[in-house]
Amino acid sequence: MENWSLVSICVLFGLTARWAVSLNSYSGAGKPPMFGDYEAQRHWQEVTYNLPVHEWYFNTTDNNLNYWGLDYPPLTAYHSLLCAHVAKLINPDWVELHASRGHESYGHKLFMRATVLVADLLIYIPAVVLYSFYLSEGSNKKKVCTVLCILLYPGLILIDYGHFQYNSISLGLALWGVVVLGLGWDVLGSLAFVLSLNYKQMELYHSLPFFCYLLGKCFKQGLAGRGLFLLVKIAVTVLVTFALCWLPFLSDPGQILQVVHRLFPVGRGLFEDKVANTWCSLNVLIKIKTILSTDTQLYFSLTTTLLAILPSSIKLLMKPTLWQFKLALVNSSLAFFLFSFQVHEKSILLPAFMLPLFLKDGLLVPYVVTSLAFLFFSIYLLSAFEHCSEDKLRLGPYRRLLICMPRMDLGRVTKWKFYFSITAMAGLSFMSVALAPPDQLPDLFPLLVSVFSYLHFLGLLLYFNIVQIAEPLQSVRKNQKKSN
Amino acid sequence: SVMATPRADDWSWFPALALGVSFLKCILINAYHSTDFEVHRNWLAITHSLPVSKWYHENTSEWTLDYPPLFAWFEYSLSHVAQHFDKEMLVVQNLIYTSPATILFQRLSVIVTDIVFIYAVKECCRSVREEKGSKDLLGHPFFILAALLLWNFGLLIVDHIHFQYNGFLFGILLLSVARHLQGRHLEGALLFTVLLNLKHIYLYIAPAYGIFLLRSYCFTKDNTDGSVRWSSFSPVRLVALGSIVISVGALSFGPFIAMGQLPQVLSRLFPFKRGLCHAYWAPNVWALYNMVDKALSVLGVRLKLLDVAKLPKASMTGGLVQEFQHSILPSVSPSITLICTLCPTLQPKPHPPPSLALSPPAKFHIWCRPRGARGFLRCLVVCALGSFMFGWHVHEKAILMAILPFSILAVESREDAGIFLMLTTTGHYSLFPLLFTAAELPIKVLLMLLFTLYSFTSLKKLFRGSLLNPLETTYLLGLVAVEILCEVVYPLSPWQHTLPFVPLLVTSVYCSLGVSYSFIRLYVSLLRQHGTDKHKQL
Repeated sequence: MENWSLVSICVLFGLTARWAVSLNSYSGAGKPPMFGDYEAQRHWQEVTYNLPVHEWYFNTTDNNLNYWGLDYPPLTAYHSLLCAHVAKLINPDWVELHASRGHESYGHKLFMRATVLVADLLIYIPAVVLYSFYLSEGSNKKKVCTVLCILLYPGLILIDYGHFQYNSISLGLALWGVVVLGLGWDVLGSLAFVLSLNYKQMELYHSLPFFCYLLGKCFKQGLAGRGLFLLVKIAVTVLVTFALCWLPFLSDPGQILQVVHRLFPVGRGLFEDKVANTWCSLNVLIKIKTILSTDTQLYFSLTTTLLAILPSSIKLLMKPTLWQFKLALVNSSLAFFLFSFQVHEKSILLPAFMLPLFLKDGLLVPYVVTSLAFLFFSIYLLSAFEHCSEDKLRLGPYRRLLICMPRMDLGRVTKWKFYFSITAMAGLSFMSVALAPPDQLPDLFPLLVSVFSYLHFLGLLLYFNIVQIAEPLQSVRKNQKKSN
Repeated sequence: SVMATPRADDWSWFPALALGVSFLKCILINAYHSTDFEVHRNWLAITHSLPVSKWYHENTSEWTLDYPPLFAWFEYSLSHVAQHFDKEMLVVQNLIYTSPATILFQRLSVIVTDIVFIYAVKECCRSVREEKGSKDLLGHPFFILAALLLWNFGLLIVDHIHFQYNGFLFGILLLSVARHLQGRHLEGALLFTVLLNLKHIYLYIAPAYGIFLLRSYCFTKDNTDGSVRWSSFSPVRLVALGSIVISVGALSFGPFIAMGQLPQVLSRLFPFKRGLCHAYWAPNVWALYNMVDKALSVLGVRLKLLDVAKLPKASMTGGLVQEFQHSILPSVSPSITLICTLCPTLQPKPHPPPSLALSPPAKFHIWCRPRGARGFLRCLVVCALGSFMFGWHVHEKAILMAILPFSILAVESREDAGIFLMLTTTGHYSLFPLLFTAAELPIKVLLMLLFTLYSFTSLKKLFRGSLLNPLETTYLLGLVAVEILCEVVYPLSPWQHTLPFVPLLVTSVYCSLGVSYSFIRLYVSLLRQHGTDKHKQL
């Protein structure tokens, strides 16, 4: 069968899975007075439609920032405005100032879910298809399998179509950036990424790799000639795009400061809730939140984040290839997640870890089904276990590190570790659902989940860093088989 | 890797296909379900809470037990698992009880009993004629058949959203067909008898089974020209078949005959008080008949030939099942439909053998020139489709009885594939009105596109070339226009409130054109095969 029909079938299947998940409940359904992320998005449509631009990020009589105030960059606000215009055409009650607060109805849910689907279809899904076909390797069948597995990724489906968010827009734009950079169009790639950054500030997690990759490319082309020209082009593109996105706010420095203040709430402390990063896990042993002052916490986390990301960034600067770029993206986002300030559990978009969140939203069944399906398809279609040899996993550097330990087949060790992790995750999921925690430790299960996940993320950070740094500066073999 | 040329015994792709579709079914657990959900919950309650003597008399709920006793026993065994999910669903008085545990249990029961269907598909795939030559996995007929059956759009929609147990029942039917294809006729007969006692709608295809078994199993040898050799009749085999039928029937109906409840059971099973057409007209001949009748009556009123007051007021698509009379054309009674069901399988007999003056069905064809199990399968499909076309109070879901067995023929012959594409696309589209909620609209559209795209591209690749002529393609593309008209344009128009049945009418009539056309083509292909046989004989 031709590629286009196979890819269409995969896309149709992915869309069906998405819409089927969206038939379930959303965050904060039927829970006044605050509701949840769904109500937040609806509220932003109300605010952006009814109020003038200079009031969007400010606390006014009409705009109470304590009730889901805007805390994403301007592109989210423009997107909400666009949705609000459509909503107004269908049913004005949905975006009536003040009167529409907490509005929940069958038609409105359909509308909101439809906006997510449209955004996904226009931005994220084409990026996935292009990525699989142009930037990944293997036969055509393998590429189609890659499309299917990426589209079935449960984290994104459950958060966007279940809990309710628009991650597919920011992730999609970032992926467009990666694809376009991979095709060699650096200026367009930086444009896509700047747009992505202006949609969700969480994309800062990916910003250093983009920066280092492009800068490294400029250095390689020689700062005296073409390199400098490229640098100037990219810099101008970035600045102009930023200016265009922030245009309505540029007139008044106070506006810019307020927006930045909303985007980066430094007053809120090192973390909230149970997050699988270093601070939360450390807090189990030492109560850092109470020992250090907020300012110290801020500087401490900033320094550790930068330190964590330094090795990967320097390596990418020195060797700006696509493979290094991909590795750096993983390393950077992991490092930011683990060490930075005020991280939310959703930022990691890894489903097993977000289990407590899904239980609260009533999304247990979709969570179980999509996770199992994704695991099954990835293992079956992408033959993950067959590639579990030492060579394929690039465990060479580990071997050198563990030179003192007895000789063992690290490939098999990895496979067994994987089985163990999956079993442990299944066990934790089951316990969270079926058992009640003991009275002295009411947060036992979320805490266990988060510490368990943290250890995995830390391990992954180390692994990917080692893989990235151990790669020789001069690529000797042109046709490396890459396990993406 | 899984996608390389498979060895003949490498069936690892089959569990993947089956598991994939099962995941999809699981994710549809919280979708819309119809009143059929309450029907089955009620039956769980009746069989669990009441003694056997009351099963067919109970009518607290309007959804009384109207399937044969074996299905009641099936519900009874399910109810023993149900009590661990939510005991309240088994209380007869809890009408329209839909707790989350109830929904989870009922949906899971459909998904789990589908294992019968999955096994049956595997057996059918093993019986498909394999072509030599190394193709990649996706091009093999048995892979395509597995995908077309396991991922069948109609079955997914009717079973896992609308809610029914068709997967389980069609699994038994397909397994019986597979056994006949493999030559294990006694097992096939047993399975079919069990099926008849689970849902009596399969009586429509019982004659096909009966004649085939009588002819090809009880007469052990044929003459050289293929006609019946009377001397080879084997009484042993006839007795074996008879004992199977009688023992299963006894198991199923026995208790009720012993209690003297047989008339009551039969009246529940065959409620002829219901109208000619279901609330939504199945796209068969009667839909066209009704349409012509309505058109003539409207025309008559306009031209002042008829008095509006004298016309019957009952609306045929009003949403309730009622009896009604046709205005202009003669009214149709159940006996007429029975004759019509048997008639289309009549064929002009060039040289009628004197001993078989009556018994006209296409079954006549298998009697005179049996072509083995495949001929039987073709006859089964024609019977199923014929009964859909002309039957009394046919549900649109009954089209699946023709589509599913036909899939086996479709992957083996080019002409069949063409008819299959036409029948499937039209038949599946006619199921759209079953899911009328706005939230399920994207799902039914996406799944329909998925199945249609796959069936077209895979069959086209298998038979190397286009399978439909331009007229047929245009008709099928017209379905898109009908869909947009009925679900997007019409609801926004001012006539939505005054004439709400128009989209249903348009869908039904448009689809009946396609289904009728497929039936005619299928029948012609059957005749042509008979003609070739006669020719060979001469």
